[in-house]
Amino acid sequence: MYNFEFEKPSTIADAVAALGDEDAQALGGGQTLIPTLKQRLAAPSVLVSLSGIAEMKGVCVDDDGSVSIGGATTHATVANEAASSYPALAALAGQIGDPAVRNRGTIGGSIANNDPAACYPAGALGSGATIITNTRQIAADDFFDGMFSTALDEGEIITTVRFPVPQAASYQKFLQPASRFALVGVYLARFADGVRVAVTGAGEDGVFRWTEAEEALNKEFRADALMDLRINPANMIADLHGSKEYRAHLVGVMTKRAVEACL
Amino acid sequence: MPKDSGIGASSKRREDVRFLTGAGNYTDDINVHGQAYVHFLRSDIAHGRIKSVDTSAAEGMPGVVKVFTGKDFEGVGGIPCGWEVTDKHGAPMQEPPHPILAQGKVRHVGDPIAAVVADSLEQARDAAETIDVDIEELPAVLDMKAAAQDGATLVHDDLKNNICYDWQLGEADDAKVNEVFANAAHVTTLDLVNNRLVANPMEPRVAVAEYARGTEEYTLYTTSQNPHVIRLLMCAFVLGLPEHKVRVVAPDVGGGFGTKIFHYAEEAFCTFAAKACGRPVKWTASRSEAFMSDAQGRDHVSTIELALDADNNFVGLRTNTYANLGAYLSTFSSSVPTWLHGTLMAGNYKTPVIQVNVKAMFTNTVPVDAYRGAGRPEATFQLERVVDKAARELGVDPIALRRQNFITEFPYDTPVALTYDTGNYNGTMDKLEAAADLAGFAARRAESEAKGKLRGLGINCYIEACGIAPSNIVGMLGARAGLYDAATVRVNATGSISVMVGAHSHGQGHETAFPQVVADMIGIDESMVEIVHGDTSKIPFGMGTYGSRSLAVCGSAMVKATEKVIEKAKRIAAHLLEASEADIELKDGQFSVAGTDKSVAWGDVTLTAYVPHNYPLEVEPGLEETAFYDPANFTFPAGAYACEVEVDPETGQVSIEKFTAADDFGNIVNPMIVDGQVHGGIGQGIGQALLENCAYDENGQLLSASFMDYAMPRADDVPFYEVDHSSQTPCTHNPLGVKGCGEAGAIGSPPAVVNAVLDALNSGGKAVDHIDMPVSPSRVWTAMNS
Repeated sequence: MYNFEFEKPSTIADAVAALGDEDAQALGGGQTLIPTLKQRLAAPSVLVSLSGIAEMKGVCVDDDGSVSIGGATTHATVANEAASSYPALAALAGQIGDPAVRNRGTIGGSIANNDPAACYPAGALGSGATIITNTRQIAADDFFDGMFSTALDEGEIITTVRFPVPQAASYQKFLQPASRFALVGVYLARFADGVRVAVTGAGEDGVFRWTEAEEALNKEFRADALMDLRINPANMIADLHGSKEYRAHLVGVMTKRAVEACL
Repeated sequence: MPKDSGIGASSKRREDVRFLTGAGNYTDDINVHGQAYVHFLRSDIAHGRIKSVDTSAAEGMPGVVKVFTGKDFEGVGGIPCGWEVTDKHGAPMQEPPHPILAQGKVRHVGDPIAAVVADSLEQARDAAETIDVDIEELPAVLDMKAAAQDGATLVHDDLKNNICYDWQLGEADDAKVNEVFANAAHVTTLDLVNNRLVANPMEPRVAVAEYARGTEEYTLYTTSQNPHVIRLLMCAFVLGLPEHKVRVVAPDVGGGFGTKIFHYAEEAFCTFAAKACGRPVKWTASRSEAFMSDAQGRDHVSTIELALDADNNFVGLRTNTYANLGAYLSTFSSSVPTWLHGTLMAGNYKTPVIQVNVKAMFTNTVPVDAYRGAGRPEATFQLERVVDKAARELGVDPIALRRQNFITEFPYDTPVALTYDTGNYNGTMDKLEAAADLAGFAARRAESEAKGKLRGLGINCYIEACGIAPSNIVGMLGARAGLYDAATVRVNATGSISVMVGAHSHGQGHETAFPQVVADMIGIDESMVEIVHGDTSKIPFGMGTYGSRSLAVCGSAMVKATEKVIEKAKRIAAHLLEASEADIELKDGQFSVAGTDKSVAWGDVTLTAYVPHNYPLEVEPGLEETAFYDPANFTFPAGAYACEVEVDPETGQVSIEKFTAADDFGNIVNPMIVDGQVHGGIGQGIGQALLENCAYDENGQLLSASFMDYAMPRADDVPFYEVDHSSQTPCTHNPLGVKGCGEAGAIGSPPAVVNAVLDALNSGGKAVDHIDMPVSPSRVWTAMNS
């Protein structure tokens, strides 16, 4: 690890100011950033920890029934505190990593990092969440734009993620055997106005919506509706743990299982 | 009735108290006053010619003590290989140099190019980043069959090709073997890969070396399974130091699994640099370094053919294996695909004609050497997979086919150089069938199918050869070391005992089991006996711990030394009791005169030995004896395993639902420790079968370079195990009748798992006859859908 300055502001405004420094880097739970620093693959001048900002922590239910989660809220907190208000999302949070990871890692960190195999991007995109930053509100559909890439500007902080709560939802995660990230993860949410299916772990461009499945399920919400659908393997990830074809196949199986779990 | 102490008792592991409460003393816990830290600059290129290494900037960096490159080691020896294999034409193996720091070429990702010693590790890393290395990249040699072709790129320019040796064992007459296969009623052939593994002990490798200028003495603290072997190799072959000036200490070691047997460049470097820098030098491997510098395991590509007659008797076996040795010869690497592998190809079966062919290859990968089982898992996997395939092809019960071909009479001379002294393979299989409730399998399969899962049963038998010996024979086979062991039993004046042993405990429970033996022989409490291990300045010259040898070889030395102690103590007791030595009996820590009520306690005799006021003049004072023990033969543990899996036909996910092991380890000192050793071995075997895969890309880059991509088995990947070791045929040639149990689980489990998966798939109508390990969901699904 290279030397860096460390700041731990207690307000969003102070954090934004601290991130104004060139080569400053926001630090959420550090589950990706700290190993990266240890390998000397990043050399920020200042690390600005977001973990001391009270207004960025916690889970609350808004008047319209949506669930808002502070950007610095840990996975363990979401798993516990969203269990009744948004059980499928709480279940997703409870499957991330291991207890140590879940007690350090944060929703804002995960979404801002947009690892192509992370769980939260699927939860946010599948729910049609709104990512709220210190400057604006961004729809999940506009937020994730490729592997490790998002609509966030330099120094922009995710302060809250607001999730509309669907009638039913399920996250089906097939584990990559080593990392236990998603080899394929499918987040399916059924709203009054339609079904959303978000897929993580599989796509070369990171999390994506499987619109053909959504259309089929909007016509008929049952597993058999997916029977003749095949996702194109061409844009799937291929690595040690699975070919493009295997991932494409798993997208179908996990989506089917998500539908069954919602019935 | 289970015993509550001594031989046969499940005494609780006394060492666990310190391990579990953070009181262990591992090498990285050792810090020497004034120590500097070394960081190795390692190649990120698999194969290349070093044009230049410019360290001038690094030398001026803050905190830097000294920067080393290959040039600094030009007058120093390289890392030696401890076993010279002779090829099938009588020529010695090709043995390229293995410099401490790369000279001329880099040959694998992780090959050390330079080393920076600095006041702090961060300073050493900072300085290493300023070293300018110019390497002309060469094509990486990776595919073993391509590497064996004429004209292939050479890993070592001075060798005639990339083949270390072309070796053969068993029937040398090809025409005879061909005839057996031509006349066979059925031949089963199988191509398979034994996947490359990374041992990944919990504790990475560490070395701390210091040099005392006043006495010219070196001390090396290192994570080793065999400190005397390290001292001998480093002193005699690398650094040219007098052994009596070098002390090697292997304190608590957090797992070895074979990969800490070998003498590594980093140990020799720290020892050399401690003198060159005038400072103690410490190195602690990061996990990333471990992935690219610890010797790796397995990596065989084989074709095996089994010939059967019309009655399903095995009549011939032929194997052709390419064994990957990596870029350099690690300490015992050459022996693994040969004398630890070819010799096991008879397995439990009386196959009359066997021919084993092995080409050992140099490639641009991390060196490969012994990993838990070392050659024996590779042999067992081939044999038990081909037997299982033959059973499926012939439509016969895989257990019946095995039983029909079992060796039943002992001693048995195999066609591949071994003599099995004892065994009872049918008896062990009987134990397995009962313990695994094989009669209930059909019902369990029906339950799984009702859930939409495929259930399979996989059977495996194994034979193991442990305690490799005797020294005169292994010397003829090319070993450059003896394979005896040693123990000193030092009785203290008040009767407690320190036993200095050549074996090294790094998870095996020696600190508990060895005292059980000595205490049992004398009839005193186990707590009065302590073993001392891991320090060349304290222990006699023993060969360390590997190959499931410790109790069979070092334990035998300990028994012999204890017998000498008892014999001398009896002479002292006879004097005290004014009786004839022949009439003295030792029981429960009391020496008594046979047929009388006269007795004297162990402690009184030991005190007399050190306070010899009333003492036999012809007997030396003191009570301390050493014995060296060179076994007459290997020991031959054997077993039968059953694995039941469920396969999810939609995803290819395999889950192990039931695993049963019936082992014959001969006599057992501590059944609980044996259970634990078997559990650990099976866990690693399941890891190999389902999860672990060390993979390189086409450029020789390590794809599985961290736990993000190298899948270690976790608690929820393995089931609760049923372990039965009540089938016992004691070893006929060592005093305890013990055979060794450390590797059995890792040898016996991979074929059982793979056989079970294939049984499951075939039960579901998928005619799949092989899947290479690891049998990952992706591979299972691909096999089901191709």
